[in-house]
Amino acid sequence: MRNISVFVNDKKIRTEVPISQTLLDFLRSNGITSVKRGCESGECGACAVLIDDEPRASCITLTLQADGKEIKTVEALSTRQDLSELQKRFIEVGAIQCGYCTPALLLLAGHYLNTAVSPLEKDLREAISGVLCRCTGYVKPVEAIKKEIRLD
Amino acid sequence: MSGSKDYRIVGKVTPRVDGEKLARGKGAFSDDIEFRELLHAKVLRSPHPHARILSIDTSNAKALRGVHAVLTHEDLPRVPHTTAGQGWPEPSPYDAFVLDNKVRFVGDRVAAVAAETPGIAAKACSLIDVDYETLEAVFDPEKASKPGAIVIHDEEDSSGIYDKSSNIASHLEASFGDVEKAFKDAYKIFEKHYEVGYVQQSSIEPHICITWLDEDERLVIRSSTQVPFHVRRIVANVLQLPVKKIRVIKPRVGGGFGGKQEILNEELCGALTLATGKAVRFWMTREEELYASRTRHPQKLFFKTAVSEDGKILAMDVRVIENTGAYGTHALTVMTVTGNKIFSMYNIPNIKFSGEAVYTNLPVAGAFRGYGTPQGIFALESHIDEIADELGIDQIEFRLKNIYHEGDRIPITGEMAEGEGSDAQLIRSSGLEECIKRGAKAIGWGISREPTAAGRSRGIGIAINTQGSGIPNVDMAACSIKMNEDGSFNLLCGATDIGTGSDTALAQIAAEALSIPVDNILVYSSDTDMTPFDTGAYASSTTYISGAAVLDAAKKVKSQIMDVAGEMLEVEKEHLVCSDSKVSTQEGKIVTYEQICLYSLYQHNQFQIMAVGNNVSPESPPPYSAVFADVEVDDDTGQIRLLKLVAAVDCGVAINPQMAEGQVEGAITQGMGYALSEFMPFDKNGNPLFKSFRDYNIFRSSDMPEIEVILVETYEPTGPYGAKAVAEVPISGPAPAIANAVSNAVRARVRSLPITPEKIWKILKNK
Repeated sequence: MRNISVFVNDKKIRTEVPISQTLLDFLRSNGITSVKRGCESGECGACAVLIDDEPRASCITLTLQADGKEIKTVEALSTRQDLSELQKRFIEVGAIQCGYCTPALLLLAGHYLNTAVSPLEKDLREAISGVLCRCTGYVKPVEAIKKEIRLD
Repeated sequence: MSGSKDYRIVGKVTPRVDGEKLARGKGAFSDDIEFRELLHAKVLRSPHPHARILSIDTSNAKALRGVHAVLTHEDLPRVPHTTAGQGWPEPSPYDAFVLDNKVRFVGDRVAAVAAETPGIAAKACSLIDVDYETLEAVFDPEKASKPGAIVIHDEEDSSGIYDKSSNIASHLEASFGDVEKAFKDAYKIFEKHYEVGYVQQSSIEPHICITWLDEDERLVIRSSTQVPFHVRRIVANVLQLPVKKIRVIKPRVGGGFGGKQEILNEELCGALTLATGKAVRFWMTREEELYASRTRHPQKLFFKTAVSEDGKILAMDVRVIENTGAYGTHALTVMTVTGNKIFSMYNIPNIKFSGEAVYTNLPVAGAFRGYGTPQGIFALESHIDEIADELGIDQIEFRLKNIYHEGDRIPITGEMAEGEGSDAQLIRSSGLEECIKRGAKAIGWGISREPTAAGRSRGIGIAINTQGSGIPNVDMAACSIKMNEDGSFNLLCGATDIGTGSDTALAQIAAEALSIPVDNILVYSSDTDMTPFDTGAYASSTTYISGAAVLDAAKKVKSQIMDVAGEMLEVEKEHLVCSDSKVSTQEGKIVTYEQICLYSLYQHNQFQIMAVGNNVSPESPPPYSAVFADVEVDDDTGQIRLLKLVAAVDCGVAINPQMAEGQVEGAITQGMGYALSEFMPFDKNGNPLFKSFRDYNIFRSSDMPEIEVILVETYEPTGPYGAKAVAEVPISGPAPAIANAVSNAVRARVRSLPITPEKIWKILKNK
């Protein structure tokens, strides 16, 4: 066990964790249900989080590696009252089917929108390519994200 | 009524009823709840493709701290059953056991552990000492069915197997007309064979279930399943519990695609709960998903076709050898659908179909979106193109000359069907020709396009196909609608939303019929204690079959509302008009739904406005799809670039066009994977070589070509508000359309899937 201190969606958590615990398990056991388990080997992206504003697969990240860092998940995108514009676009254009990969897509798309200097559809597709979706063919998710950046 | 334009809610874009909670990532899925003292299950799987278990020593595993139960075949009742989540009695052989003294593929279950952490459970599995007698194994279905081959199901107590000694799980034959005579009289005869291999459903949420005993000692199963009622029935049977002792809860499901039309883990997880008295969580790893869950049936398809000089198909003889893997789940019915859909496209007077589903010591095939159709249609639509090319007829013209039309009957559907069968399906609605016409225009059929770079060739290809809308006279759906005093309604349905959006589509149907906004319908699916029965989410049945049950319930509820309104307004109900959550007289007197429900619950002649709706359909109307591919092939390397895919689909009236488009987009993407990137290789001992998404490649966002989806609206008179099915039909077109486009580009005919640069290169090299 090891003591750590992390910020999860701006909330400070100080606790003791097993040294081999993955960040995915840590987050889910702290009530962050948006971070999904899909492959546990960093290939499907359903567990994506932002660590100090960098996209990471939480299933292959140890909680210890996040010590002292800021973690953001999709829960940080909205308030209890209001969804973010991107979340609204996802619902509006029908970008959500089973919804299992949706939080990860939203998180990576949001990160791309915040960081891209001159957004391009090709780059956008690359930016979310770490998240596998078996339902949508990415057509409507990409349409939703493009609406946010008025790419078309 | 003739189409979506006449409706208020149906046919209009309506946001998903579950959109917000999913966008927020709320804890809606099976694994998103917490338990005190939850145990974790792990399964010890066979390292051998075929072996008898001589003895198992579990003492070291049981002695490990934190282990609460270790189960082997010695601990459980031996109940032959099928894992197929199908209607009762299931048409699949009873050849499976929760745990057995024999293993039949690498990955088959040997023992199960419940422990305090997944790590302890895995460690305990490694401490189980198994003494195997390894047996000869067979991996090729053609060899497996030859005399002298080792028998995979030599147990005495399995049943429903067509021929155990020849490893033939199921056998099928159908014919009409005089095929032999037609071949004699033919202008030309074409004989070709095609082959399709293993692919996996790959829902991003793996199989997950959690089981526990509630305060009444009933076994509760919270599972990511497409078939909660079949889970209840089959688990009751194999664990020898009364059905009343089991409750199955289906929360949100993270994709199914057929993989969860299976009782894959629930019985074993339940057995561990019964053994320990504790809540047990069974999570399938991605590796287990890829080789120890279910797959699409590989098939070899042998075609022999006779045509006349003017390009009419006179006769077709198709023989299928299907590999069902170690168990026969869905073996017969998938093969039935293969034959059924091959012969549902073209009006051929003389046909013959025969098929054998054969056991091998490879992973178990099961249900996968399309259910036999993608296999059959890859072969059929490749074959049709080959014939058109040989005859020198345009591929579209050849198809149009031979397809079935509105008003035709499809004789094969009366010959081969599940259950007690059905009459030959009458085509009451077909947008196939318009799908072809509009798709051809979108892809630029007949317009020659330049390759994007030197050394490449460009080609376009077409494939058309159909599917069903539920299983006629088999699939049954029920739901209940209950009115609340604010004018809202609870819709409880056994129909199982697995991410398809059916909760929304069913809410739209109810809202349309009840003259209320969609957000006044509270949908809940599904819980065997609370929601009426439904066979489940498979066979493209939910909108067509369950939708009609919802319409039935809504009409009954509306009739009750009108009765109460008539009493309140002192007017015969025939003279009342219902709209916008209220009922009014011709003189303009109004009672709102809120007033009506308050009156019926609290004031006079009190009763709960509520009804149950039911539906079984004697018909399964065919939806249609025409898929077009634009590809570019490197002349030297055979490298393929898919530039554009067009899918034009007739699903009747789309209850929610945006969601229907989404179904098409997802299905064609899976179809592109089947065509180009997905396959499952094994070594010579039947060991799976692909165990992760690193190797097993499903399409990523950056792999996608340009996509164009066209919904061609028709009105299906037997469907709720004119609807037919949509979820499965688009999946079958991409593979043959791409194969045909490749052939069009470089004259290389690839007759097996996936279509790889290597295969094209070999053909080009040997030219």
